[in-house]
Amino acid sequence: MRLDEYASIVGQSVIDELQLLADKLKGKTIQHINSTSVGGGVAEILNRMVPLLKELGVETRWDVIRGGEQFFEVTKKFHNALHSRTEDIIQRDFDIFMEVSARNIEEIDCSGDIVFVHDPQPIALIKKRTNNKWLWRCHIDVSKPDPKVWNFLNDFIVQYDSAVFSAPSFSQQLPIRQFLIAPSIDPLSDKNKELSEQYIDSVLKKYSIPKDKPIITQISRFDRLKDPLGVIESYQKVRRYIDCRLILAGGTAADDPEGIQVLAEVQEKAKHDKNIHILLLPQNDLEVNALQRASTIIIQKSLKEGFGLTVAEALWKEKPVVASNVGGIPLQIKHKYSGLLCHSVDGAAFALKQILNSPEYAKKLGENGHEHIRNNFLLTRHLRDYLLLFLSLYHSEDLVYL
Amino acid sequence: MAELVRAKEPFRFYTRLHLSELTGLRAVTLGQLLAVLKTVPGSCIYYHTHRFLQQHQYFSPEPPNDFGYWVSEVLSEDELGERLASIDTVQYTTIRHLREKIITTIEAYLEDNKFAHLKFARSGEEFHFIKSVSFVLPTNHLAYDLKEFAEILGKITIDSIYFHVFEARLRLERENNDFSNWIEYSLGDKELADMFARLDPYTQTLEGLRKSLIQIVQDRIKVI
Repeated sequence: MRLDEYASIVGQSVIDELQLLADKLKGKTIQHINSTSVGGGVAEILNRMVPLLKELGVETRWDVIRGGEQFFEVTKKFHNALHSRTEDIIQRDFDIFMEVSARNIEEIDCSGDIVFVHDPQPIALIKKRTNNKWLWRCHIDVSKPDPKVWNFLNDFIVQYDSAVFSAPSFSQQLPIRQFLIAPSIDPLSDKNKELSEQYIDSVLKKYSIPKDKPIITQISRFDRLKDPLGVIESYQKVRRYIDCRLILAGGTAADDPEGIQVLAEVQEKAKHDKNIHILLLPQNDLEVNALQRASTIIIQKSLKEGFGLTVAEALWKEKPVVASNVGGIPLQIKHKYSGLLCHSVDGAAFALKQILNSPEYAKKLGENGHEHIRNNFLLTRHLRDYLLLFLSLYHSEDLVYL
Repeated sequence: MAELVRAKEPFRFYTRLHLSELTGLRAVTLGQLLAVLKTVPGSCIYYHTHRFLQQHQYFSPEPPNDFGYWVSEVLSEDELGERLASIDTVQYTTIRHLREKIITTIEAYLEDNKFAHLKFARSGEEFHFIKSVSFVLPTNHLAYDLKEFAEILGKITIDSIYFHVFEARLRLERENNDFSNWIEYSLGDKELADMFARLDPYTQTLEGLRKSLIQIVQDRIKVI
C-alpha cells in the first residue's frame, strides 16, 4: 500500500503531517528487531509499517533473531507467565534464553541509530548497546506479570532509553520513560477493506449460512480466554425472545491441544442448534472481513484480552459491538456511545437484546464507533506515534519545538 | 463588498502532535487521586483535562476531563464528578491555576462527605496518570487575509486548530488564542477577534469548533 491511498480515508493533511515529522528524522536509521518475519501481530504490523516509513524517506531496516524450538518454547512460557498464567519456569529455561541470546548478540549487527526491539524474545540484545538509542516495545498485557519472569526481563528493560506499552494498565514503575501507543488496524488490508455485497453473500453461501435472520458473530480462535462457551450461553438467552443466528469463527488450532479441546466443547454445546455456525477458518482475512460485514452484531466476550483489535475491525465496519470490559477494549468502546460493554453472560445477553430491538440505536453506535476508530486506531495514527517516539529520544522535555 | 485587509505578517499555521507518556502512577481512592494530583507534572493535568477533545473529535460522550469521568463512573460519586466536569477551563490561563481548582474542588467535597474516602476502584479500573508530550512544528500553510484564513481552516488537521486554540492559550500561557491575536493585531479587526475569543471550545467537538470558526469568518467576510 502507498501512503496516498490512505489520504482518502484520513485526509491529505494527515499525510502531510507525517511527511513533516519524517523530514525531521532525515539521516537516522531505524532498525526494527523481532522474532519472526511472518505470522503474529508484530510481523503483521511491521510488514505494513516498514514500507511506509521508507516511503516517507526514513531509512528503516528490519532484522529477525534466530531462535530454535527450545528457545521458542521458553519464550512461549514467558509470554504466558507475563499474561499471569501459571507456568513452571526453571533455571534451565533462563539459561536457554541467555544461550540463544548470546548467539544473536554475536550475529546481529545492531548499528541502527535507533534500535527498536519488539517483545521479550530479542530483549537481551541491549547488551550490545553502544552510543545509539534503544527502544523496547511490549505488545503484551503485563498488567499482572509473574514476578519471576518480569524481574528477569526488568534487568534488560532498564538499560533501554524508553519502553512502549499498549494500554495504561500495562505500565509499571520504571526508571526509564514509558510511552502509550495503541496498536492499529489497516483500513486497506484484506481484513478491513470494503467488499462487494456479492462477495459477502458468496462467503455466507460457502458456509451455508442463510441471511434470514439477524446474525451475531464472534471472531476469535477457540481459546478459553475468548469464552466461546459463554458466547453460546448469551446467545441462548437472547434466542428465548429474538430469533437469530450465531457464528463462532476462528483459526485452526492444530498445534494447540487446548484449542482442540475447547473447539470440541463448543461443538458439543452447539450440536442441537442449527442456528449456531461453528467455522474453523484457515487464515483467510477476506472471509473474516465478509463474515464481520454480514453480521448484525459483533460480540467479543473475552475474559482477558491484550488489546482486542477484532473490536476495532468491527467498529470500522460500522457494526454495533458488545464486548467485555477487559484489556484494551474500553479504550475502543465508550459504553453506550460506541458500543456496549459487559462483565458477564447475562450482561452480554441483555446488551445483545437491547441492540437487536433498537436498530436506530445500533446504527448510531456503529457510526460513532467508526469515527472513533478513524480518529484513534488506524495505521496512520500508529505511524505518527512511532515517528514521534523516535523524535522523543532526542528531546527530554514535555513541550518540543521542531 | 470592500477589499479584504491584507496582513503585513501572515498567519503561519503550526501543528501540534502529541505522544502519551505513562507515569506508572495510579490511584484507587479519592485520597490517592488527590495526593498524586498535587505532585504530578503540569503536562499530566493538561493531558487529563484535554484528552477527550482529541480522542472524540466527532462526538463527546464524556465529561470534559478524565477526573470527573473516573469519579462518576468508577467511584459513583456523581456530585463530585459533576463539579469536576463543570470546571470552566476557559477561565484558567495557566495549568497551575487549573490544577489548584481541581484540588480544592476535591478537598471541599471530601470535607463534606467523609464516606467518600472509603470508595475505591475495582481492579482494572484504577486511575492511571498519563502526561502529554507535545511536538510543535510549522506547517506550510500561510494566510494573508480572511479568505485565505477560512480556506486553510477547512483543510488543516484538527491538531493544528487544537494547537492554536487550546495549547497556545493554556499551555503556552498566551493571553488569548492565536487566531484572535492575529486577527486583532495583524488585521486590526477587534470585533472579529473578540468573537473568536468568546467561543467556549470545551463544550463542542473539534470538528464542531472548526465549523464554527469557518462560519464566523465567512459571515464576517460578507459584511465587510
